[in-house]
Amino acid sequence: MNDTAVLAEIGEKLSSVEAITEGLSTVGYIASRRIATAIFVAQNLNKPILVEGSAGVGKTELALSTANWLGLPLIRMQCYEGLDEAKALYEWKYGKQLLYTQILKDKVGDVLEGTQGMDEAMERLRGFGDLFFSEEFLEPRPLLKALREDAGAVLLIDEIDKSDEEFEAFLLEVLSAFQVSIPEIGTVVAKTPPLVFLTSNNMREMGDALKRRCLHLYIPLPDEKLERRIVASRVPGIEDSLNKQLVRFVQSLRDEDLKKLPSISETIDWARVIMLMHADSLDSELVRDTLNVLLKFEQDIASVERRIPTMVRKAAE
Amino acid sequence: MQETLEDFFRALRAADIPVSPAEAIDAHRAVDSVGYSDRILLKDTLCVALAKSADESRRFDDCFDLFFRREEFRGEDSGNPESDEGDQGPAPLPEGIPEELQNSELLQMLADDNREALAQRMEQAAREAGAMNIRYVTQRGLLVRRILDRMGLRELEAAIRALNQNEEGSGGGEAAQELAEMRQNLFEEARQFLDRLYELYARPYGEQLREEFLAETALSAVEQRDFERMQKLVRKMAKKLATRYNRRRKRTRRGVLDVRRTLRRNMAHDGIPFDTVWKQTKIERPRIVVICDVSRSVAAAARFLLLFLYSLNEVIATLRAFAFSDHMSEISDIIEEKDVEVAIPEILDKIGFRPTDYGQSFADFEEEYGDAIDRKTTVIILGDGRSNHNDPRVDLMRWMHDRAKSVIWLNPEPETFWGTGDSEMLRYLPFCHVAKLCRTVQDLERIIDDVLKSYIRA
Repeated sequence: MNDTAVLAEIGEKLSSVEAITEGLSTVGYIASRRIATAIFVAQNLNKPILVEGSAGVGKTELALSTANWLGLPLIRMQCYEGLDEAKALYEWKYGKQLLYTQILKDKVGDVLEGTQGMDEAMERLRGFGDLFFSEEFLEPRPLLKALREDAGAVLLIDEIDKSDEEFEAFLLEVLSAFQVSIPEIGTVVAKTPPLVFLTSNNMREMGDALKRRCLHLYIPLPDEKLERRIVASRVPGIEDSLNKQLVRFVQSLRDEDLKKLPSISETIDWARVIMLMHADSLDSELVRDTLNVLLKFEQDIASVERRIPTMVRKAAE
Repeated sequence: MQETLEDFFRALRAADIPVSPAEAIDAHRAVDSVGYSDRILLKDTLCVALAKSADESRRFDDCFDLFFRREEFRGEDSGNPESDEGDQGPAPLPEGIPEELQNSELLQMLADDNREALAQRMEQAAREAGAMNIRYVTQRGLLVRRILDRMGLRELEAAIRALNQNEEGSGGGEAAQELAEMRQNLFEEARQFLDRLYELYARPYGEQLREEFLAETALSAVEQRDFERMQKLVRKMAKKLATRYNRRRKRTRRGVLDVRRTLRRNMAHDGIPFDTVWKQTKIERPRIVVICDVSRSVAAAARFLLLFLYSLNEVIATLRAFAFSDHMSEISDIIEEKDVEVAIPEILDKIGFRPTDYGQSFADFEEEYGDAIDRKTTVIILGDGRSNHNDPRVDLMRWMHDRAKSVIWLNPEPETFWGTGDSEMLRYLPFCHVAKLCRTVQDLERIIDDVLKSYIRA
């Protein structure tokens, strides 16, 4: 299939909010309306989406599923303190350049043979000047890779809040114009702008300039109905009644005063664990044994432990 | 529709969701691609394009619902049953209306009972009358009048007058009565419409004014009922400080090559320094010890000092907090673990409102928590320095002064009061690097900002 056909197909897939909701569900991502709308608008305006929400609500998963569904390559960039241009955009392959100069040393002698004086030698060398700063020696990093995918790509910039402010500023050019300039080669412009997701856990507030360039999507913890659908789609073969009980239990946990509330990924893990144990309904014993899948702090577990029987009973009602 | 969107942006701005021109353009483009027909889709689209944080999306939802709550004109249904059947051409105006009023748009709309048109006309009139700029409740009466004037109230009134005059002759009383009722309804509608506008555009503005006012009010004069608002204000301020200072900072010392790391990094290149590494200084995260007086003499301000302490804890990771009346206790744990609503009363209950003894408290501090202070620590003392004529233990103050990076004393009393009565402030003063009057939340913010800045410059 050539690029235009791929593009047309993707355009078709992203043609309406309903189509997006439906499509994402085929790869196992149950999207709320607002999530689907965000992707739809992002596609239409060519803008990145800044996804926020507590850990484990499916921010990264959204990008993965979108790439999977659209059949586009996923290019992922994990941010951390100290991430810089060289690691995000491109780098020259110094080692290779060095090696080539060594090997070509003799050839240079041949080329320069018979030249009279420095000026003439320089003149002759000029013809080969750009040899070492060409595509050949360019090591593309995630951002450049994403821009050079002609059929488009899904670019995931994960945990942007962990990066430095300088890096955030550097991203602005890439994200607003979908182009970067490499002094030795020129400007690289994306033929098809990638679909960009930035995720943030709110370690720090993002700068206004970045926020302004992005659409903002906040993924809250899901309500009972949505969560049941998510579990059903992620844990195939789960009984409806068990699903209901377990989601209700998790939902009631979220009303507690806990240090870290269990999010969707925890619910899914827990459901898998319970499936592994071949249980077909919740009981206090089982919950107590597996609670550490849901709650990640000793204090949280201790504070809920005593009330497990009541909560299980409530969930079973 | 463009005007409606622009109005909506203004309502958003009033609700403290900044909408820049560029964002407005984006929103227009986004809306163009989804259309107006699906309300939920429109809401989601605008939300995604305009709200920029979780908090803002919540506010956006409220604002959207309020703004697009199209209230239909109610008007009594029994009045004109045939108008429900739709387009049968304009309904006839009541008889006896003078010639020059026959073309009145308002009268025609009322006769048709065309509520949609009335609502639209009212919006247009409101825009012309500048009602979107409403700021105060007191402007309502005037604006209602202006809007109705623009809708043609005068014509309506003239018609009623004319009908009343005719009454004696041709019995137009009933028609006049009906029109008068419509007029009454119209006023009612306009008032409600303005209430909504006020809610949208002015209330947030008023809230802002109150906050500004509160920020400048002396802590001891803030009333109990403002506590919640104060809490919000303090939290906002703490957040502002947090985003500014919460990160470890590095600064490159220009021009000084880090030879060791440069060699290490360039080993792959045969030791040829392609990649240079420059020396950097790491800037420490601020280390702060706050000692807060919660005794009787500062009773009025104590709650707010603690509130501030509480918020500060969210800003500065390495904060240790202490409170005292007549002896010192560490409250870092309470502040860390409990909600502000619980923590503050608990602290006040445990340690607060007793007679002050600075000397004893400092002695406790030295004995139990002396190691909390080192060369990198800034000590902030919040208190009035009134020690009930007990021994002030100035020697301990000197100890603190010598040991810490700096000692900052924030006093809620103005300087002219320092040293009067049982105030030991003047004796403590030589051992403070900074001593300042701190009466309002604004003062607090300014001073903390300075403290945090000093860490970056150091």
